[in-house]
Amino acid sequence: MSHRPTVGVLALQGDVREHRRILAALGAHTVAVRTADELERIDGLVIPGGESTTMWRLARAFDLLDPLRKKIRAGLPAYGSCAGMIMLADHVEDGVDGQETIGGMDVTVRRNAFGRQLDSFEAALEFPAIGQPALHAVFIRAPWVERVGPDVEVLARVAAGPTAGRIVGVRAGRLLATAFHPELTADTRVHGYFLEIVKEA
Amino acid sequence: MSDHTPSTHSAPSSSAAQVPETGTARVKRGMAEMLKGGVIMDVVTPEQAKIAEDAGAVAVMALERVPADIRAQGGVARMSDPDLIDGIINSVSVPVMAKARIGHFVEAQVLQSLGVDYVDESEVLTPADYTNHVDKWQFTVPFVCGATNLGEALRRITEGAAMIRSKGEAGTGDVSNATTHMRQIRDELRRLQSLPKDELFVAAKELQAPYELVREVAEAGKLPVVLFTAGGIATPADAAMMMQLGAEGVFVGSGIFKSGDPAKRAEAIVKATTFYDDPDVIAKVSRGLGEPMVGINVEDVPEPHRLAERGW
Repeated sequence: MSHRPTVGVLALQGDVREHRRILAALGAHTVAVRTADELERIDGLVIPGGESTTMWRLARAFDLLDPLRKKIRAGLPAYGSCAGMIMLADHVEDGVDGQETIGGMDVTVRRNAFGRQLDSFEAALEFPAIGQPALHAVFIRAPWVERVGPDVEVLARVAAGPTAGRIVGVRAGRLLATAFHPELTADTRVHGYFLEIVKEA
Repeated sequence: MSDHTPSTHSAPSSSAAQVPETGTARVKRGMAEMLKGGVIMDVVTPEQAKIAEDAGAVAVMALERVPADIRAQGGVARMSDPDLIDGIINSVSVPVMAKARIGHFVEAQVLQSLGVDYVDESEVLTPADYTNHVDKWQFTVPFVCGATNLGEALRRITEGAAMIRSKGEAGTGDVSNATTHMRQIRDELRRLQSLPKDELFVAAKELQAPYELVREVAEAGKLPVVLFTAGGIATPADAAMMMQLGAEGVFVGSGIFKSGDPAKRAEAIVKATTFYDDPDVIAKVSRGLGEPMVGINVEDVPEPHRLAERGW
């Protein structure tokens, strides 16, 4: 593939602009994706932070869920932050009745696992796949990964505090997911890591 | 409550904290970023909250009476009964916001204690203090505040607001004031961006806002927090117009539950907010929605009863 990948950001709802800003700063061409046609023109997909139930309902209503599943199954690299992590999970706990995901990662993700907004936090986070220094991770009504399948690599765990040890970064092949929001910081390394996956695909 | 250093910057440089920090400016403003492109709906009962969630609301706003009823019934409008807020928190899994009166820091403390996700220091309720707004830096819970112009928005941000919404004229179903406020804020942002640096000092004086914040906004060309719209939105086309005017999301108050078919209208407004620039979609979702809320022309509301003029 070309040296300048086109990365789509799913633009049904959420912090689309923040992801596009970082991807563009890293030299990627970015587009907003709201239709199945737009999905055909991208080399990688980012699913932003936002409200996962809203994203699911809109994806369902606008016939985007099945095309998304097909593209992911066919090997489209994808990265999801927070709600995006929920969307990429095969199983969700504490979702609303009937909540569906795109799936693709053999993980169980618990929605709002860290609690309500009063529990939202920021903290240093070791993320060995991107090296040192540690990331400064922002968690907002964040989910965590409760179970990982055999082919899923754990990339990060909460270091300290009452939730120490919880899994908050995972990779399965070309799929990457974080419970936190690197797009809310100036650190571009997680997106850089994803663009490497896109370029290798 | 936590004690935080007031900062007007969106990315306070935090030392690599090993201990998780809650209630930071980034966590508060970040919460609003996650609501973007979404619709926040006023609800007065757990049943309405469920309808809103099922329709795709990104959050619900708990209040005792919707603005149209506050307007019709008169009297002092206050924070909701904690039982009602608990009921709404327990009925949905999307974020729950709740309204406190302008300047009523104890109502805000109570809402934080109840565990709401966002406090709306709102002109829709009767102000509790005609001089001071709440010092929002003193709270872990984030605040959204209304604004009719850029100066008002910047003053609220200086006090710690982590999200701004244009005020519009709540409870009327008349979108004209929301339009005016969105255009006003957008025009003032554009003007500020065009000013040479040496004129920003006077601009700060005119906006009655701190110079540092004014300079930051002039450089970025946008507010350092998310800007939603509110007040008088009653149709999918209203919501889409506000998005085209630069709103990053929409609050709908009386427009949904004072209409003929709330569930259907709520869902249509959610869809129109996502596809705000696609008239085909807006046309499609606008069909067969039943009766909209009746509405009142803002011009017919006597000036003492105009909510947008509360706050300063």
